[in-house]
Amino acid sequence: MKIVDVDKLSDLAAALAAKGYRIVAPVRDGDVVRLKQWKRGECVVLDAFTVNSVKDVLIPPSEVIGRYALDGDDFTPEAVAAEAPKTVVLAARPCDAAAMAVLDAVFNWDFADTFYNARRAATTIAALACRQADEQCFCTSVGGAPDSTAGADIILRPADGGKRLTVEALGEKGEALVAAAGEVVQEGEAAADAVAEVPVRFDAAALAARLAENFESPLWQTLSLACLGCGACAYACPTCHCFDIQDEGTRRESVRLRNWDSCGFGLFTQHAGGHNPRPDQAARWRQRVMHKFLYFVERFGRLACSGCGRCARLCPAGMAMADSCAAIEAAAQKAAKR
Amino acid sequence: MSGNLYEASVMRIAAVREETPDTRTLRLEFADEAARAAFSRAYRVGMFGLYGVPGAGECALCIASPPTRDRYVECTFRRTGRVTAALADREAEQRITLRGPYGNAFPIDDWRGRDVLLVAGGMGLAPLRSVLWNLLDRRAEFGAITLVCGARTAADLLYKDGLAEWAKRGDVKVTTTVDPGGETAAWRGKVGLVPAVVEETVPPNQKGVAAVCGPLGMIKFAMPVLVRLGFAARDVYTTLENRMKCGVGQCGRCNIGGVYVCRDGPVFTLEQLRKMPAGDL
Repeated sequence: MKIVDVDKLSDLAAALAAKGYRIVAPVRDGDVVRLKQWKRGECVVLDAFTVNSVKDVLIPPSEVIGRYALDGDDFTPEAVAAEAPKTVVLAARPCDAAAMAVLDAVFNWDFADTFYNARRAATTIAALACRQADEQCFCTSVGGAPDSTAGADIILRPADGGKRLTVEALGEKGEALVAAAGEVVQEGEAAADAVAEVPVRFDAAALAARLAENFESPLWQTLSLACLGCGACAYACPTCHCFDIQDEGTRRESVRLRNWDSCGFGLFTQHAGGHNPRPDQAARWRQRVMHKFLYFVERFGRLACSGCGRCARLCPAGMAMADSCAAIEAAAQKAAKR
Repeated sequence: MSGNLYEASVMRIAAVREETPDTRTLRLEFADEAARAAFSRAYRVGMFGLYGVPGAGECALCIASPPTRDRYVECTFRRTGRVTAALADREAEQRITLRGPYGNAFPIDDWRGRDVLLVAGGMGLAPLRSVLWNLLDRRAEFGAITLVCGARTAADLLYKDGLAEWAKRGDVKVTTTVDPGGETAAWRGKVGLVPAVVEETVPPNQKGVAAVCGPLGMIKFAMPVLVRLGFAARDVYTTLENRMKCGVGQCGRCNIGGVYVCRDGPVFTLEQLRKMPAGDL
């Protein structure tokens, strides 16, 4: 089997960088660990959960999708190419890798998005199986696992008590990466560590059926009472992909920007005529839950949640998606018993 | 891999018409003949476009001209926000952009041989104008055509020249109405809300199709009237005008329940509408 020593991860990153890869990895950033561009000398942090997801690599928070030279009221369109450097995301979590299928579906739903697809094609995802989970992790409730290989090009598995990682390429991109790594990845033997235990919090299949019957449930009011509508959950989410398009510029040039947006914001659905189909936070939270666990399933045949738990870790009001899902299921079971 | 989805066609404003004090129609011509031909091949009545002013942005509006008149594209808009304000500031011979056509269409080929009732309120006449012109340009294929069209005041009626022209033709019955208090001394049409005027002027036992466009409130009150007049729920059509950014099912804001208005719509039947969660409309 192929093995890399954990204390050689910086060497691995350096070897890949030398072969032209841009390295995105979990590195310390103030008080948090963030997936960001690795720089020589930085430590790749394996024992912490990143605040942001792999989505950041594929869909930047703000991206130029159009450019116009302006001349008074007239304009000249200019070509815009996707920025898609050859990239490896080193030590992404399996829940982030699993989210790729969701983004792939949305951005290729017969209209193929050039920008997303260019970056997706240029990105290799090296997932790291989880040895530990925290109380917000719920991948096992949404069809995932702490050592899932879904969406990954390489799976790294901790071994020998965390001292080594076994390296398994899962396709062409993965094999190319292993070849580029050179001597840092070596043949050897190592004893696999136990993977994290992630308890199942709710039954996603049953939940979809419950949701279909509970659009008008008063529970949405209760569940969303704490929501501030800040959008942190959507921004941190590896599957949330909703965006806004805005023009920004000077008198000489204007760019058309695609920016992250969130169904939690009041203006998200506000009509020009003044009507807002989702006038309160209860309607918006309902949309968030329904979209992930019912609508997306109906449309694309898969859940739009990979159970990473970031939404719950970051929520300033202490709300958690898994809690909402469990509460809806519990309420439906209680109603059925009556 | 295909090109940039967001690349738009450059359009020359061939003419500007003031419809009402706050509403204009732009007649647009393609700067590029290949783009015009591609648009013409794809366009079916009911589809929408993303009209853009570089520097201000894009907005989703219906296409107010029919596929049968494919040398130009017309859009009618009310000045309400940043993009429509920028559109309103543009003059003839200046340029804007257009993406599309997107969405589904009124299945007018299935309407052949049947009577058609069009019910429009306010800005709702814009999408139905392209339907009406489309039907009239293929007049022999359809049965009786009726338009009931209302606005808040006489001044707010769109397409006053069109209304006059349709009234003169004799092969389409046109009834206009204004909300109570919206009439002027010279007003010759009805006074009353659109659903009530439909109930008053359209005979019962209807077997044809109906299309209703206008404010959501008007649509809600017009639907039961149409059902009482005999229209089947699958024969009653409307368009939904949810907020959109991308137009291609990716930006995620036009959903009603699991329905994407930009992809599954904007044209829906009453039968489809009834299956949508009312609380999301």
